[in-house]
Amino acid sequence: MHIPDGYLSPGSCAAMYGAAAPFWVIALKRVQRAFNARLAPLLSVCAAFSFVVMLFNLPLPGGTTGHAVGMCVTTVVLGPWASILALSIALLIQAVLFGDGGITAFGANCFNMAVVGSLVAHCVYRTVSGRSPLASPRRVVAAALAGYLAINAAALLAAIEFGLQPALFHDASGVPLYAPYPLGIAVPAMMLGHLTIAGWAEAILSGGVVAWLQHSDAALFKLHAPAPLNIWRLTRPFWIGISVLMIATPLGLLAAGTAWGEWGVDDFRKPQARQEMATASRNVAPPEKAPRGMERLAKVWTAPIPDYAPPFLKSRACGYVLSAMLGVGLVLAASLGFHAMARANKRRENIHPSL
Amino acid sequence: MEKTLDRLAGSLERAARADEAGGQGGLLQPLDPRVKLLGFLGLIFAAAASQRLAVTAAIFAIGVILARTSRVLAPIARLWGGVLLFTGAVVLPAVVLTPGHALFHIPWTGWPVTDHGLQSAVGLIARALATATLAALLVLTTRWGPLLKALRVLRVPMLLVMLLGMTYRYLFVLLGVAHAFFETRRARTVGRLTEAQRRQMAVSSAAILLSKSVQLSGEVYEAMQARGFRGEVCTLDAFRFQRRDWCALAMFAVITLAAFGWGAQP
Repeated sequence: MHIPDGYLSPGSCAAMYGAAAPFWVIALKRVQRAFNARLAPLLSVCAAFSFVVMLFNLPLPGGTTGHAVGMCVTTVVLGPWASILALSIALLIQAVLFGDGGITAFGANCFNMAVVGSLVAHCVYRTVSGRSPLASPRRVVAAALAGYLAINAAALLAAIEFGLQPALFHDASGVPLYAPYPLGIAVPAMMLGHLTIAGWAEAILSGGVVAWLQHSDAALFKLHAPAPLNIWRLTRPFWIGISVLMIATPLGLLAAGTAWGEWGVDDFRKPQARQEMATASRNVAPPEKAPRGMERLAKVWTAPIPDYAPPFLKSRACGYVLSAMLGVGLVLAASLGFHAMARANKRRENIHPSL
Repeated sequence: MEKTLDRLAGSLERAARADEAGGQGGLLQPLDPRVKLLGFLGLIFAAAASQRLAVTAAIFAIGVILARTSRVLAPIARLWGGVLLFTGAVVLPAVVLTPGHALFHIPWTGWPVTDHGLQSAVGLIARALATATLAALLVLTTRWGPLLKALRVLRVPMLLVMLLGMTYRYLFVLLGVAHAFFETRRARTVGRLTEAQRRQMAVSSAAILLSKSVQLSGEVYEAMQARGFRGEVCTLDAFRFQRRDWCALAMFAVITLAAFGWGAQP
């Protein structure tokens, strides 16, 4: 899966460097924020681990052997962003020092294995493991599946990059200038080995390492545990936005005319209101009297603050703001009430699981 | 177990040999690492972009001459075997699968070897050989430390340069630890292990290595803090450009531009 120099065109290599670059930048920023000064030793030692684990020869069922990349293991322990950086560093050392993977194809190798591999492993592992306890066997299955899918996703990308070369880069007589196989050959050839050998090696390594850590060093899982949520910080933009909207509610008073269809029974009697109703209805005159059904239903419920104008306030603008605050407060109270009821229900289910 | 041990030992040996060769006398070794980095990167990109076999072959020939005069031809020649084997195996089917005019048919099978297939395969092998030779020349004639420092000329962030340097250092530590795992296990093993036992051993070794790696990173961090590290990175830049460096830079520039110019059209 390590693409050597000369297999991809310079244009493809440049495009793959461009595709990987934003992920490197985001990963560096995120990891720097999470680990601060601890970043350098942690990343460098984990990059060295990734390098060494790629040299491990794993016996597979059926008598064959295979090598894993370790993308799922680093993702589970360090998180996807730190894994992107650690694997990229390991791949750079492999390319420069050991000639495993090309220098011009370094962007493509990083994108396939470090970026896509880590992100696929992260998504699959998080989805399958869910909120299961750290010692749950479900996490072992999740890690194995994540490793298998991650390495195959990376291999598929590499195959597509190879397969696009003859279609895009050939000379006038049709001779392929770089990798010579079209998609129809490159994809099955690459995927056969990864679906049957390399994928299993990655699955065995990922699942096995997670199982071992569960029994012997569970603290490692907490290295990448999500930080406790700061609800105020998370919802701050929402509160600022809703406050601005509440203050701006009197702007509605500037609007001329009435909203179509939002008429009260009294409006049918007032000449000015009747004129506005006709204007809003393309000059079709409203009926002389309010419809009987409308009149009957209007008596079912009388709003305590009609037209957003509390009777004790003279200023309509202040009335609007107060109504907005009251409305938002009531919506929040209802949401909190529902949330509390749901939590109580869940707690009851946990205490009596058989019920 | 033997295969893993061989790979670990081979990696350790190759890394040590590369650093040792970088310190030996030769044509390229005394040059400023920045010149070598820029020069070889330019040549590697020119070889990768070349669409003429003659230009790729010329770049490869320049690489061979430089390897000979820098006394690193032997390790580079060993590298060619691997490149030929790998790339040859990859492109061999292309010789018959690529559509084109049949030059001759393979006896017994009757498969046609096409002109386009042969041209494509030879071009790819030549490009792979040329780029691998140039990359190996850069690494074998420059010590790892100065080479990393030279990356600053490409505006590589200082933090990344430091990370690469530290990774290289701990690579040897972890390779040694992993090697020790397997060797001690082999020394204590009587008879043959079953496939499942061998698999279990490889997985538990990887897990223990990961555990040790994170533990080591904590110790390294504490040691760095004890020496005054607060997250800011700086290095001493002792590079001095001399007349020979300017000459070498000019030569690299001329060859690279010529290769880009002539290699652009097939």
